[in-house]
Amino acid sequence: MSDVRIITGNEAAALAVTLCEPQVLAAYPITPQTKIAELLSEYTEKGILKAEYVRVESEHSALSVLIAASTAGARTFTATCSNGLLYMHEQLHWAAGSRLPIVMCCVNRGVGAPWSIFNDQQDAMSQRDTGWIQLYCRDNQEIIDTVIQAYRIAEEVYVPVMVCYDGFILSHTMMPVEVPKGEEVKGFLPPYRPHTFLDPERPCTINPVFFPWRRENAEGVLCDGYMEMRRKLQNGLERAKGVIAETSREYAERFGRDCGGLIWTHRTEDAEFIMTGMGSIAAETTLAADLLREEGVRAGVVGIRSYRPFPKEALAQAMGGAKLIMVLEKCLSYGYEGGVASDLKAALYGTGVDAPVVGVIAGLGGRDVRIDDMLTAARESLEGLKSGQCGNRTLWLNCHGEE
Amino acid sequence: MEAKAVKNKNNVKGDTNICGICMPTVGEAGRTGDWSEMKPEIDQEKCTPAVKGKAACFLCWLYCPEGVVSMTVPVTIDLDYCKGCGICAEECPPKAIRMVRKERAHE
Repeated sequence: MSDVRIITGNEAAALAVTLCEPQVLAAYPITPQTKIAELLSEYTEKGILKAEYVRVESEHSALSVLIAASTAGARTFTATCSNGLLYMHEQLHWAAGSRLPIVMCCVNRGVGAPWSIFNDQQDAMSQRDTGWIQLYCRDNQEIIDTVIQAYRIAEEVYVPVMVCYDGFILSHTMMPVEVPKGEEVKGFLPPYRPHTFLDPERPCTINPVFFPWRRENAEGVLCDGYMEMRRKLQNGLERAKGVIAETSREYAERFGRDCGGLIWTHRTEDAEFIMTGMGSIAAETTLAADLLREEGVRAGVVGIRSYRPFPKEALAQAMGGAKLIMVLEKCLSYGYEGGVASDLKAALYGTGVDAPVVGVIAGLGGRDVRIDDMLTAARESLEGLKSGQCGNRTLWLNCHGEE
Repeated sequence: MEAKAVKNKNNVKGDTNICGICMPTVGEAGRTGDWSEMKPEIDQEKCTPAVKGKAACFLCWLYCPEGVVSMTVPVTIDLDYCKGCGICAEECPPKAIRMVRKERAHE
């Protein structure tokens, strides 16, 4: 019999982590992530989770602890968001450059200033280029399923994975969630096998200064330089595309739930108007698409589950029939436009998909994203398309201020 | 010789040479002596261990940040790895060490 519980996103994350049996945990509390850290601390204290829970004074230290633990051969976990994630920034690069399969939950929250504890996705977006895989969840069931998959993906390609889900909207909202059984998760997730690890019998320095050139080591073997190492990281993320899709497929076979791999779609078969986004906002656009269908608009949704690696081939294929694309995103590259809109346009360039891409900046700092506002933006853009006045542009949804 | 994967005890498949590794051995960071402009020269007629004919002083050995000075009689310096900082010359009580400019191939 299946074990269905009505739980919050944070509890789903903590349960998923427990099922994956990490050996070292370190986290610093920050709203809206705190409950994960509290629950994992409680599970560890009660002996439900046999792990070392390291109390730290900052997020920078939390990830530093995990980098050390992962290098020593342990499976690890942390969670953070917002300014806490930004405080980890240096170590995010270090974890990825060291090819450590650390898994972290980022409970997406706006970044100060001005101070906000509410949801948007600027925190994770601003860490896009650190070399981490970023997966976004639609609902609490996907949180539990994605965390379990994240370990398998990370440990297959040796790239750390950030599991992102919207603060409060998912983290503090209760939903029915099916919790997999421990032995089933064990069957799906083999033990962590480090590529390189600290061994007293074979002392070594990990990640010393690398020179711009390739050079021979003391045994006369020509070794990689910095640039070769970085190229290997890029190859790891490119390879992750296939691994994410395959992991998702195998998970669906075993557990009966499919997160979609790199992307998921909703009524896109004949869609001419496609809305896209990441996380809960994309899930909500499916309601807008259904309402637009009732008005006779052939609307569909493509949800981006993997933001890095960016699934350009899958997106171009899913959007092949689009005449208009609308990106709803809770983040912005200041001085340009929304990051997802930029990436999507670049991905479609030269593929033959020449639909205008309307970027919609929405829900910053927790501003409510209403279906009605989505529909208004959609209808205006569709009207603009008919009259030939809809080019690539950026709208601000439900926001006062100058154009 | 091309780079080869470091032997992995954990039976990991594929390329395991994906993070920077440095084994503790002489010259792992290359011949760092190449970096120097100046090199130390010891005047054994002034150097205390040589003059006394026994182990003595060794302040150059103590202060050398690169560990390239020998604690022997007479004292020697491994120029393959001496970066030419001149600390030994600065600390030498009888001023037996002199820093001299290295000749470059192109000069």
